[in-house]
Amino acid sequence: MSGFNKVVNSYEEAMEGLEDGMTVIAGGFGLCGIPENLIAQIKTMKTKDLTVVSNNCGVDGFGLGILLEDRQVKKMISSYVGENALFEKQLLAGELEVELTPQGTLAEKMRAGGAGIPAFYTATGYGTPVGDGKEVREFNDRKYIMEESITGDFAIVKGWKADTYGNVVYRDTAQNFNPMAATAGKITVVEVEEIVEPGELNPTEIHTPGIYVNRVIKGTFEKRIEQRTVRQG
Amino acid sequence: MALSREQIAQRIARELQDGFYVNLGIGIPTLVANYIPDGIEVMLQSENGLLGMGPFPTEDEIDADMINAGKQTVTAATGASIFSSAESFAMIRGGHVDLTVLGAFEVDVNGNIASWMIPGKLIKGMGGAMDLVAGADNIIVTMTHASKHGESKLLNECSLPLTGSGCIKKVLTDLAYMEIKDGAFHLKERAPGVSVEEIIAKTEGKLVVPDEVPEMTFS
Repeated sequence: MSGFNKVVNSYEEAMEGLEDGMTVIAGGFGLCGIPENLIAQIKTMKTKDLTVVSNNCGVDGFGLGILLEDRQVKKMISSYVGENALFEKQLLAGELEVELTPQGTLAEKMRAGGAGIPAFYTATGYGTPVGDGKEVREFNDRKYIMEESITGDFAIVKGWKADTYGNVVYRDTAQNFNPMAATAGKITVVEVEEIVEPGELNPTEIHTPGIYVNRVIKGTFEKRIEQRTVRQG
Repeated sequence: MALSREQIAQRIARELQDGFYVNLGIGIPTLVANYIPDGIEVMLQSENGLLGMGPFPTEDEIDADMINAGKQTVTAATGASIFSSAESFAMIRGGHVDLTVLGAFEVDVNGNIASWMIPGKLIKGMGGAMDLVAGADNIIVTMTHASKHGESKLLNECSLPLTGSGCIKKVLTDLAYMEIKDGAFHLKERAPGVSVEEIIAKTEGKLVVPDEVPEMTFS
């Protein structure tokens, strides 16, 4: 690497430094916009005892679901984990810990983590099991709970296009949690469908500026669809 | 007769106003999109990060990168915008969405809602429901009035773990439309052919019944 060039050419290099017990923040919503090859690389590396922060945990046999197969995940921080039989089995057997977090709170925890904000107050979850044990404060006659932000040792992100400097653009709703995840990793790795030269992306349309990104790799993607719904054309 | 799923959606659609930004939950709320009144414009918000949700795609239009909060493939309507999940929940939590429609297991006279967790059964998660109920001012909850075993879901106090506290003001069931205020359900409308007595019998929580309860009409 030299200067601002963030491009790496192998998935080994992309995930170099990942160790047992680390926290990994992953972009994606369901199977949409997930860093599928970076996840596959973690499976290949057999890294254990991971804490994974992601809205969902993939499905059986795809996405983050494949990390459950060899029990690589110690704890999931997610808002919804209902699409995964292996997940259910490990949870009921006490082999996997899960911290259910409201979706907006999860997005904000990542955003705040990346922005150097250690905690914030939100009305979401007040008076529910999510608020149990958390500090409550009243502002303008309404009660809010304090939520702590999240940062990760690694953030794994799926983009559409990046330039070699690590400026990233996402495509359609594959954006989802990816921009916040990208800000919240000590090492942020972005895999994309296309890498272009600096200057080819319009600066006003960059979603994730390169300052957040440490490594960029070009991948090929299956992009599996979870719920195929169509209308008659 | 109790309302059908389609009639529930039709009744909710009458709450839509021109220029509303609306978030529709999974299930019956999704059907509301089929009954948007002629002559008004609404934009549907999908909390994964889409404002201006269009219809399902044709086979040729299917795109893995275009999904809604139910993870179904969708299209973007003309004038749509797409953004991150943090931006999406800033809209929701900041009170910018004009109407939120979602389902529930139970609602009580203090506007508490339980919709995500049944102790003893596997807990899958709350998704965006807690953010939606905490952030929105105008929420309509839809559910059946009573369980299959005849147990009321309109209670003095929710028995299940809450999704949000003190945030629900409007409930539409298969039997009635009610508003919640001052620690009671207020009966506003009844389903065609459903008697006030039946609604009273199936409502466990305190219910205020006016002298006249109009029947809903459907074309």
